[in-house]
Amino acid sequence: MPKRRLKELCINKEWCKGCGICIEFCPKGVLELDTQDKAVPVRNEDCVVCRLCEMLCPDLAIDIVEEEEAE
Amino acid sequence: MPVKDYIRERFFPHIWCSGCGHGTVLNVLIRVIERLGLNKSDIVIVSGIGCSSRIAGYLDFHTMHTLHGRALAFATGIKLNRPELNVIVPMGDGDALAIGGNHFIHAARRNIDITAIVMNNRIYGMTGGQYSPLSGYGIFASTAPYSSVDQSFDVAELAAAAGATFVARSTTYHVNEAAQMIQKAILHKGFSVVEIMSQCPTYFGRKNRQGDAVDMLKYMRDTTTPIGSGAKGQNPELIERGVFVNKELPEYCSAYDEVIRHAMEGR
Repeated sequence: MPKRRLKELCINKEWCKGCGICIEFCPKGVLELDTQDKAVPVRNEDCVVCRLCEMLCPDLAIDIVEEEEAE
Repeated sequence: MPVKDYIRERFFPHIWCSGCGHGTVLNVLIRVIERLGLNKSDIVIVSGIGCSSRIAGYLDFHTMHTLHGRALAFATGIKLNRPELNVIVPMGDGDALAIGGNHFIHAARRNIDITAIVMNNRIYGMTGGQYSPLSGYGIFASTAPYSSVDQSFDVAELAAAAGATFVARSTTYHVNEAAQMIQKAILHKGFSVVEIMSQCPTYFGRKNRQGDAVDMLKYMRDTTTPIGSGAKGQNPELIERGVFVNKELPEYCSAYDEVIRHAMEGR
């Protein structure tokens, strides 16, 4: 089976309220808070596409776009 | 973006506070409906009053925002009239079990095919942090500045005793588990109750020194355990998560149809 890979981790900054849940519970520490207290992905290469952040986000502000890794 | 297909985007960002568990329940519910491939026109969301009940306004299905505690009564009317629709009733703890306590037990007793999701944050958030029937003994609230002396209900035990044929509990920390529970509840033919333990960092968290949303999620992670786990034996204080009841009994609308058919015979 082709491996899934992160294509894009989009944060809707208008909707994000900076609660920090995605940052705390990301198993790979991909996200951080920026200076305006909004979540930003900073280590995209570490993302394992578990989509936990997307599901936990109380603001529906995270959208994970994945792609299949080329063989 | 798939989520946007299911919401009324014009009302976003939503009204809930930063880190509010109700947003996570909304998120999980959308994923479940997407996963089940349900037609948007076949879903009715009926809610009452409270922070949690705002959920009906955010979802782009047939929705009704009704009276405090009476969501299940409205939902019963809808379901009896249009039994082919999926009727889902998201409720807050106060809405479901204080103001709507009687509707709750009788909907359960009738076993009408409705999915009730109790978003239990153990407080009245919208009106300023008053204690609810699920706050429990020793909990601080704006109306219990020296701590509450009221014992709380156990939603799962109450629902099971009242006759609900599917009863489950999860939390906003265990999102994948919560999604499974809600999915099973929607598919179950009969009255289903899913309690989702949720966090209110603004009132419950602050009054009870439980910290922010992240701390409250960790607290739910650490104080709950799957049904029948060894950890429960060692620490009886742990709250169990999982499916408590899953049984089949005659469903109310089907039974009513049967009565109508019988009464019309020979006419």
